[in-house]
Amino acid sequence: MTTEEKHITSYSLYARVLIILMVLTAITITAPSLNLTAFTILIALVIASTKAGIVLTYFMHLKIENTLLRIMVIMVLGIYGSVIILTFADYIYR
Amino acid sequence: MTEESYPIAHPSYLVDTGKRKGIKAWLTTCDHKRIALLYLWSIMVFFIIGAILGETMRTELFRPGQQFYGPQTYNAIFTLHGLIMIFLIVIPGLTVVFGNFVMPIMIGANDVAFPRLNLFSWYLYILGAAVVVVSQFAGSGPPDTGWTFYAPYSTQTHTNVIAAVSGAFILGFSSILTGINFIVTIHRLRTPKMTFFKMPLLPWAVYATAWIQVLATPIIGITLLMIIGERVFRIGFFDPALGGDPILYQHLFWIYSHPAVYIMILPAMGVITEIIPTFSQRRIFGYKAIAFSSLAIAGVGYFVWGHHMFTSGMSKEAIWVFSLLTFLVAVPSAIKVFNWVTTMYKGSIDLKPPMLYAMAFIFLFTIGGLTGLVQGALATDIQVHDTSFIVAHFHYIIFGGVGFAFLGGLHYWYPKMFGRLYNIRTANIAWGFLFTGFNLLYFPQFVIGLEGMPRRYFDYLPQFTLSQQISTVGGYLLGIGLIIMIVNLFRKSGEKAPDNPWGGKTLEWQLPSPPPEENFSTPPNVSDFPYDYD
Repeated sequence: MTTEEKHITSYSLYARVLIILMVLTAITITAPSLNLTAFTILIALVIASTKAGIVLTYFMHLKIENTLLRIMVIMVLGIYGSVIILTFADYIYR
Repeated sequence: MTEESYPIAHPSYLVDTGKRKGIKAWLTTCDHKRIALLYLWSIMVFFIIGAILGETMRTELFRPGQQFYGPQTYNAIFTLHGLIMIFLIVIPGLTVVFGNFVMPIMIGANDVAFPRLNLFSWYLYILGAAVVVVSQFAGSGPPDTGWTFYAPYSTQTHTNVIAAVSGAFILGFSSILTGINFIVTIHRLRTPKMTFFKMPLLPWAVYATAWIQVLATPIIGITLLMIIGERVFRIGFFDPALGGDPILYQHLFWIYSHPAVYIMILPAMGVITEIIPTFSQRRIFGYKAIAFSSLAIAGVGYFVWGHHMFTSGMSKEAIWVFSLLTFLVAVPSAIKVFNWVTTMYKGSIDLKPPMLYAMAFIFLFTIGGLTGLVQGALATDIQVHDTSFIVAHFHYIIFGGVGFAFLGGLHYWYPKMFGRLYNIRTANIAWGFLFTGFNLLYFPQFVIGLEGMPRRYFDYLPQFTLSQQISTVGGYLLGIGLIIMIVNLFRKSGEKAPDNPWGGKTLEWQLPSPPPEENFSTPPNVSDFPYDYD
């Protein structure tokens, strides 16, 4: 709690994060036109995950939160990843 | 903290002390105890409707052939029965009633972390319920998909599916908000001396449940929106004719709906864990094992959804993995059962109604759990899939487990909730009807399921007649038991309850019956162990 109260994130950092997000969005939009076949979806997913990570880290303050909250988010991501893996255990081998 | 601590300055939470009186005071309350009762009344009303629908189905099945309604009506009725019982009663059920009423008191808090959000969750629940009910009467006829809304049928049937899934979507929001509220409450509002391992086990169960509510419910929300997207915009998510995959629907549905079974059963296990030490006057055996098994059930329970889909066309590799995980989730459930039984060993057992319900829970839940392993095993699942064996297993878990735990909890905390006692003898008689009726109703379904009786059929071969008739008689006995129980609990002549009628040790029994609006005027004393009977 004290960390949250003392920490001040600069506007310039927020601005830089915003620019990075916009650049990644632009790449997401242009990537399909490059005709990269199956890699198109992979690129879109990697970019989307990167953007989500950046939003969580900076805009949602995970970078400055306490360990408990970080563990909670990691746990959620672990469950999400496991659910995807199990689902694909069906799709890949079907 | 005795009754003398609360003179006239601290009236019961049932007394209107604010500007608003009567129904207005109740509909705008932010008191967790009143909100618990709002949920209790709502759930009871829906339960009566759901039970009547169930009784009509049993009556229709008394003889082979059509009795008084046809197959389409039967499909609509079992769909509505499932929607009401699952989405309006057992998913919110114990969490919103006992989680709201006793959990904050048990951790020494005066309310939940977000009281207004708590009331808003109840309004969302009522709105969602209203939309589900309207879906039965508006538009193109009541949905006939079953409560699972399996695609592609749910994307093609001409019945009123969109309204029904919209109702379920809204109910999901209610569930998520309650989950967030309870997680924050348990982290932030425990009384200062109450560490996690001094917390009673119902809050542990509610905590594990809340995580499932928050993490799993959004998936069903998205899935239901995908049904609407496919019906309205013809987006090919699930319909092979549109390029979709029907098994994808089953994955998405069960990724939520299997953990939802644990949303139902975990708080039920929490209630049983409170009842057994009180009526055995024994320390709970294996406190940490029970606490961690709640988390383990919540965790492993995420990864077993595929066992609903063994015959759907999944890859055999996935089937093996899901079968293994299914057997693993039985371990923490068994840990709880062994700990309950061991707690009772050499205890001073008092067979009051809450304990009868708790013991019935262990018996029925064990039958339900072990028959679940029959379905978790790949070979036997082929035999019993989509038969009435599934109906029996499911009801042994959901009614025999969740339902009996709910009734046990209601009989346990009823004196605290309302400040009145019920008639013990009548409650025991009601329990007798319920236990006998339940087993007569559902056990024959195991037998005829193994013999090939399909589920969700309004007609059957003559060879199943006797078992179906035994089931129907059991259903009527169950109904009689429910009527006796409701009349006994809610007649107005019960004598005044003492603060601690059962000799419980957790904090709610240190408050007056019924508790004051503000639970604790000073932080309560917390003992080193919440079940310090010896």
